[in-house]
Amino acid sequence: MTAAALNIPRKPSIPLSQYLVAGSVALFLLLFLVIPVATVIIVAFIDPRSGGFTLVNFADFVRNDLFRRSFGNSVYVAAMSVAWGTVFALPLAYITSRFQFRGAVLIQTLGVIPLIMPPFAGAVAMQLLFGRNGSFNLLLGDWFDINVPFMEGLNGVILLQAIHYFPFILLNVSAALANIDRAMEESAQNLGASGFRLFGKIVFPLAMPGYVAGASLVFIKVFDDLATPLLLNVKDMLAPQAYLRITSIGLSDPMGYVISVVLIAVSILAMWVATLATRGRDYATVQRGGGGLARRKMKGLDKLAAYGVVFLILALTLAPHAGLILLSLATVWSFSPLPDGFTMAHYGKVFAESPQFIWNTLLYATLAGVISVIIGAAIAWLVQRTTIPGRQMLDYLAMGALAVPGVVIGIGYLRTYYGVTLPSGQPLATFWFMIVIALAVRRLPYALRACTAGLQQVSPQLEEAAESLGATKARTVRKILLPLMAGGMLAGFVTAFATASVELSATMMLVQNTSDAPLAYGLYVYMQSPAGRGPGAALGMIAVVIVGLCTYLSHWLLARERSGATKH
Amino acid sequence: MPVFNRRLVVAAAAVLVLSGAPHPAIAQAPTGKVTVVTSFSKDVTDPVKKAFETAYPGVTLEVQNRNTNAGVRFVQETRANNQVDLFWASAPDAFEVLKRAGLLQAYKPNTPGIPAKLGPYSINDPDGMFFGFAASGYGIMWNERYTRANRLPDPKEWADLGKAVYHDHVMITTPSRSGTTHLTVETILQGEGWEKGWATLKAMSGNMRSVTDRSFGVPDAVNSGQVGLGVVIDFFAFSARAANFPVKFVYPTVSTVVPANVGIIANAPNQAGARAFVDFLLSDAGQELLLIPAISRLPVNPATYAKAPDGYPNPFKGAIGLPGFQFDVGVSERRYAAVDVLFDQLITFNLEPLKAVTKAMHDVEARLARRDNPAARALLTEARTLISAMPIAGEQAASDEVRASFQGTTPQAKAPRQAELEQQWSNFAKEKYAAAAAKVAEAAKLAP
Repeated sequence: MTAAALNIPRKPSIPLSQYLVAGSVALFLLLFLVIPVATVIIVAFIDPRSGGFTLVNFADFVRNDLFRRSFGNSVYVAAMSVAWGTVFALPLAYITSRFQFRGAVLIQTLGVIPLIMPPFAGAVAMQLLFGRNGSFNLLLGDWFDINVPFMEGLNGVILLQAIHYFPFILLNVSAALANIDRAMEESAQNLGASGFRLFGKIVFPLAMPGYVAGASLVFIKVFDDLATPLLLNVKDMLAPQAYLRITSIGLSDPMGYVISVVLIAVSILAMWVATLATRGRDYATVQRGGGGLARRKMKGLDKLAAYGVVFLILALTLAPHAGLILLSLATVWSFSPLPDGFTMAHYGKVFAESPQFIWNTLLYATLAGVISVIIGAAIAWLVQRTTIPGRQMLDYLAMGALAVPGVVIGIGYLRTYYGVTLPSGQPLATFWFMIVIALAVRRLPYALRACTAGLQQVSPQLEEAAESLGATKARTVRKILLPLMAGGMLAGFVTAFATASVELSATMMLVQNTSDAPLAYGLYVYMQSPAGRGPGAALGMIAVVIVGLCTYLSHWLLARERSGATKH
Repeated sequence: MPVFNRRLVVAAAAVLVLSGAPHPAIAQAPTGKVTVVTSFSKDVTDPVKKAFETAYPGVTLEVQNRNTNAGVRFVQETRANNQVDLFWASAPDAFEVLKRAGLLQAYKPNTPGIPAKLGPYSINDPDGMFFGFAASGYGIMWNERYTRANRLPDPKEWADLGKAVYHDHVMITTPSRSGTTHLTVETILQGEGWEKGWATLKAMSGNMRSVTDRSFGVPDAVNSGQVGLGVVIDFFAFSARAANFPVKFVYPTVSTVVPANVGIIANAPNQAGARAFVDFLLSDAGQELLLIPAISRLPVNPATYAKAPDGYPNPFKGAIGLPGFQFDVGVSERRYAAVDVLFDQLITFNLEPLKAVTKAMHDVEARLARRDNPAARALLTEARTLISAMPIAGEQAASDEVRASFQGTTPQAKAPRQAELEQQWSNFAKEKYAAAAAKVAEAAKLAP
């Protein structure tokens, strides 16, 4: 089922350059993830009475039925969100990569938008649409006298999480599909396979690394996410429990940190399982430049059905943003299907008061995206192309960042770097670049998974060929490896960039003054008062539009490069 | 060490006051940047910043908006190299935490006309570490469109919220996440007594749609009509009305008034500026700013109400019914954590069983109202007793042993760990609610 790739035994000696790369990555993770986080969660291992090392807090975790229930709920919600996310993502990915489809780039872009869910504003918009007295239920109540609990309990969390995070699967599967060797498909067709059989036996298995990368991200992200359950007032899940405990004023209870350790452990375990799922199989294909699967024309009914499916999925997954648009234009919106009236005043207020938020966000999210892709690509390369001892540890460590609550990173940075001062006398922890670093560390897992998937599909034979033709290692990386895994890296950059642009929890700890603050912080400030709801939503919409445009641009660039490559 | 530091600071401040500087702000004119960490929204901070900078030319107010918790953490974590001059927020507990950690510095503001007490509550910290600059009353806010559509009567009293008609329509913030809610809960407990107070709280909570963790979550949900009624501070409702939301608000006959505070951080880099800001907030000009509709706080200077629009509630003139008893700050402080954790374990995290048994009880009562059955009534009374049962008594909650469980590192070997205590209390609530549910089911069989 996969391309035959000879695994030539590697030379036992490891070149110095690899140690340099591994060392730099390890140092980065140590300085900006391990040490700051360790200074905070060490409490989990300390006996409150004696001050010595203990595991008794973990025994308390197991004995507490609220925590046990929370654990079960979190696993259930994460697994179900993967299932629903798959249902949303696969049709979009398949239809847009497989067929000649007008607006494919647009759909790929719109598919990323759900990731950009501005804090608070997104939540309010969703309640106004799907809540117990949201537009849908008010209309359903008027027409049929029924009320559908879209947003109630665990099912509400699953629905929202699936909508919010399915782009992880979409992006990674799309990138994987684009990398599949057309010859594979043609061989299968020559042997008589077509339709679903072709998809199930050839196309999907070949895109497996992308799917596993996306699905494992969704699982871990949902498992570790606290914003969505809290906005739905679901507290018996692990991440909200950790958050509520860590952020209780005046209590010094270790359980919040114990839960953080459990979250990190489960995330790493999930990564390990995902690695097992793709281990021992070879997904790499040798031929390049075919531009992925052959795109074929659809006719008549097929075309109609495809557009129908795409439209349905996009309508559902973009509904929160439709709500956000309405909210940003609304005068008052309360207990009614639509706002009472419309106005542009909120946008005027935002542009007049806070243009610096927009520039800061663009700068921070772009830098964070670039840093996370560089580190992510380096780790992916170390894991797959070198035999440096401990390389897998780097991967797991980086993925652990996904499970660390933002507030823990924020506190850790303050604790570790506030005493370090810049020449200007400003503490390092509150220098704006530390926000960038925090964002990069928090989004590194996304970039890492995407780069790993991208690299898995590139056969080492290509590099070996280049090297045997006399290219240096560096030149091979630059001329062969980087262009071939560009799709994966782009997917990584887009997810990191898009999600970093609306991050709040670590930012909130680190922002020192308003002129350095990103958009999410401004949004928080607006959303704390009734009059700020409209401007907050407007600021959220601006974030969505900017990130959407950047995503579109990068897809468009990649598509142009691809088509350029196939022409000659 | 922190205690020593604090004494030192107090002593230093005392020397400063005694040395005869009548108005420190004049003695040393403030200049430069004054940094304030605050949980207040832009609606509040923008007008104050503008007015303060006008009153003190050459001074800029740098506002760092953080939620209360992040603000406290920030000040704690950055104490070694403090860059913040003031902490400015509602939650009294946040100031208590900062005070205990020796992170506030004493000051004696120049405040003619501001009384020491508002009802049973002190306006300022007795040690002069933080100062109430505004007050807010607690009450019930509701969405008119919601109550009309669901045919709910307008609420008037706290006890109304326990009535069957409001089941699943009410929302509150948990006291562990909101210092102001905590003060209200503590007031009910002190006013009605430990046992009866918790019975009231549980009867009310059995009707809750949800118990949220974000103070602003309650007015937000009422404003958008997701929930009908909310227990909120008055200015949430006033500022929502100012933004044209269809909401109304009422102070129950006996309400609570909570102060909004400001305090100077120990080792504040801009001492003169920090003092000027406190003096400004307490001055006539500062107090008048509170009357702006989007701010809608209650001034602590009774004279300011002369400039208020008609109908502006004046707690000094009895517009808000304040409890008649003396609020005991000592008891409140000793059982602070215990009350928070009890509320969360008995109510927040066991809301589903509590709601279920409350609903079943409402149903049986409705049937009994049509045709009475004494045996069924007796069973309901037993059920109520079971629901209101508490795992510990009021004195125990304030005891050293229970306090030790919430203080992290402690030499008290006997005290259970917080997690153990929580598990005990949660189990207690589960058992009692299940037993009560059984009684109600029995009563339902008897009720015609």
